[in-house]
Amino acid sequence: MMNMTDHVLLRHRDIPGLEKIDAYRKNGGFEALRKVVTNLDPDDVTNEVKASGLRGRGGAGFPTGLKWSFIDGHNWPHYVVANADESEPGTFKDREIMEFNPFQFLEGVAICAYAVKANHAYIYLRGEFWHIARKLDQGIAEMEAAGLLGDKLFRTNASIHLHTHLGAGAYICGEETALLESIEGKLGQPRLRPPFPPAFGIYGKPTIVNNVETLTNVPLIISRGAAWYKGIGTDKSPGPKIFSLSGCVNRPGNYELPLGTTFRELIFDHGRGIPDGHKIKAIMPAGASSSLVIANDEALATRMDYESVPAVGAQLGSASVIVIDDSVSIPWLINKTVRFFKHESCGKCTPCREGTYWMMHLTERISTGKATLNDVKLLQDVASQIKGKCLCALGEFSIEAVLSGMERFPADFEAATTHLAP
Amino acid sequence: MNALLQKYAEEVQAILAKYPQDSAGKRSAVMPLMYLAQREYGFISKQAIGEVAELCQISLTDVASLIGFYTLYHDEPVGKYHIQVCTDLPCALRGAEAFLENLCNNLGIKVSQTTPDGTVKIEAVMCLAGCDKAPLFQVQSPESIEYHEDQTLDSALELINKLRQI
Repeated sequence: MMNMTDHVLLRHRDIPGLEKIDAYRKNGGFEALRKVVTNLDPDDVTNEVKASGLRGRGGAGFPTGLKWSFIDGHNWPHYVVANADESEPGTFKDREIMEFNPFQFLEGVAICAYAVKANHAYIYLRGEFWHIARKLDQGIAEMEAAGLLGDKLFRTNASIHLHTHLGAGAYICGEETALLESIEGKLGQPRLRPPFPPAFGIYGKPTIVNNVETLTNVPLIISRGAAWYKGIGTDKSPGPKIFSLSGCVNRPGNYELPLGTTFRELIFDHGRGIPDGHKIKAIMPAGASSSLVIANDEALATRMDYESVPAVGAQLGSASVIVIDDSVSIPWLINKTVRFFKHESCGKCTPCREGTYWMMHLTERISTGKATLNDVKLLQDVASQIKGKCLCALGEFSIEAVLSGMERFPADFEAATTHLAP
Repeated sequence: MNALLQKYAEEVQAILAKYPQDSAGKRSAVMPLMYLAQREYGFISKQAIGEVAELCQISLTDVASLIGFYTLYHDEPVGKYHIQVCTDLPCALRGAEAFLENLCNNLGIKVSQTTPDGTVKIEAVMCLAGCDKAPLFQVQSPESIEYHEDQTLDSALELINKLRQI
C-alpha cells in the first residue's frame, strides 16, 4: 500500500493551501514548466512522458506520450484540449483536482502545449462546473501576471495561452470528438473516426485531447523523472490513479492509490466495507458505463489496472467504482443506467437513439414487475443489436450493465417476472 | 442595435478574443455568449438569439438549435431558482430518490413543478459529479450554479426558506 502521506495527484491533502499560487510555487510548482521551456526540446518532453508509461485516465487507457507523438507536424496551428467534462455517474475525481490542486493541472496543460507546439489550449468544463471555471480563470490570470503563461515565456520564443470553455449540460461532450464540435459552437455530436484528433481536431487542426487527471500527472513526471513514475503501479499500468468510490460503502470518496490495488483493499480497507450489515453483491468498476461484476472472492482479489479488470469481465475505465449491496435489485439498477444513457444519447446514430429508448421502456416494465420473460428476451435482443453498431462509445456503454446483469444475475430477472405467464 | 454588445462590450470582446480571429473562431464564442445573454435576460429570448447570432455571424437556427440540445440553456422564463437533485445510480444508492420525494411532499409539489410562490422549481437531473456526497443538488439561478452536498430534508428546507427571503 502506498504511503497515504505522499499523494502525487491529490497533493493538496498533504500540503494545506496548495490551491493558492504562492503555496504551489513554494512547493516546487512550475519548476517542471520552466525546465521544459528553457531546457528541453518539445520532442524530449514527449519522450519522457512516453518513457513514464502514463496512460490516459479518462477511460481508454491509451498511452499518453504516444498520443502526443501522433500530432501532425505538417498542419498548423496545433491545439491542446483538456477534457474536464467529468459527467460519468460515479466519477468525481477531476473536480477535486481542479478545486484543490488547480495549478498542478494547469501546469500539466501548459507542458503538454509546449510538447506538441500548441500556442493555445482550451479547458472544456461541464457547465455545472461554472464555479470551478471561474477559479481556473483567476488562476490563469495569476499565472500570466507571474510570467508563467503568455508570449516570450521565460524569455524564450515559446508562447502558451490557456482558456476555459464551458459546456452546457450534455454528457456526450465528454466524448472527445463531440467535445471538439462543442468548442466549435456546434451541437455536441461525435464525429466519425478516423481521422483522429491528433490529425484533425478543432477547426480541422491537429489537437491533443487529454483528461484532467492525465495532465495532472505530467509536472511530476518531468520534475521527478519517468523512472520514478514507473516505480508506482504495475509494469503495464504505471503510476497512481484516483479511484472514485461510491454507492453502498461506508466511506465513499476519492482515493489515490497505485494502479494494481485490489478491489478488496479499496472497498474494505479504504472504504470501510458495506453499511447496515449488508453484503456486497456486485461491483461496477467504471461507473454507469461498466459491466456488472459478481463480487465474489476472485473479483475482490482482482487488481485494478487496465490488464487485470478485463479478466473478471469489465473494464477499468475511469476507475469510478460503484459498490452494489444485496438489497439492490439488478433490474432496478439497469433501469437507472439505461435511463441515463437514453437521456444523454445525442440522437445522431439510430442504434443508440432508438435502442436506448426501447431499453428504457423494457427495463421500466421489468423493474416494476409488469414484464414477462419474453420482455427479458426482447431486452436482450435489443441490447445485442446495439452492440458494435454505434458511432461512439456512449451507445456501447449503454448495454454493458444490461447484458452483464442479465447474464450474471439471472435470478433477479426471474424473480421480477415469474408471477406473470410468458 | 445589439443590446448585449452595447451593455457588455468588454466582456463580449474578451469572449471573442479567446478564439481564433476568423469565422470559425467567432462561432466558438456562441456558447459563452449564450450564457451571457441568459444571465442578462434570465432566459435566451428571441431577441437574445438574434443578438448572439449577429455577434457570431451565424444563423438564428444555429443558435436556437443549441438551446434545444444543451440542457443548461432555457428559451422561456423559468423560476428564479432551480433546485436540481441528482438521482443517478450512485446517488440513488445513497437515498437520493427518497430525499427528492420527501422534499417534494414537504413543499406540496411534484417533481418538475414550481412552488406556488414561484421561488423554486424542483427537478431530478443526471449525474453532477458529487456521488460521494449524496444526497446533493445544484441550485441554478441566472447568476450562478451552486452545489449543496450531504443534504438532509431539514437542510434543504432551511435553504429554500433562505432563498424565499432573498
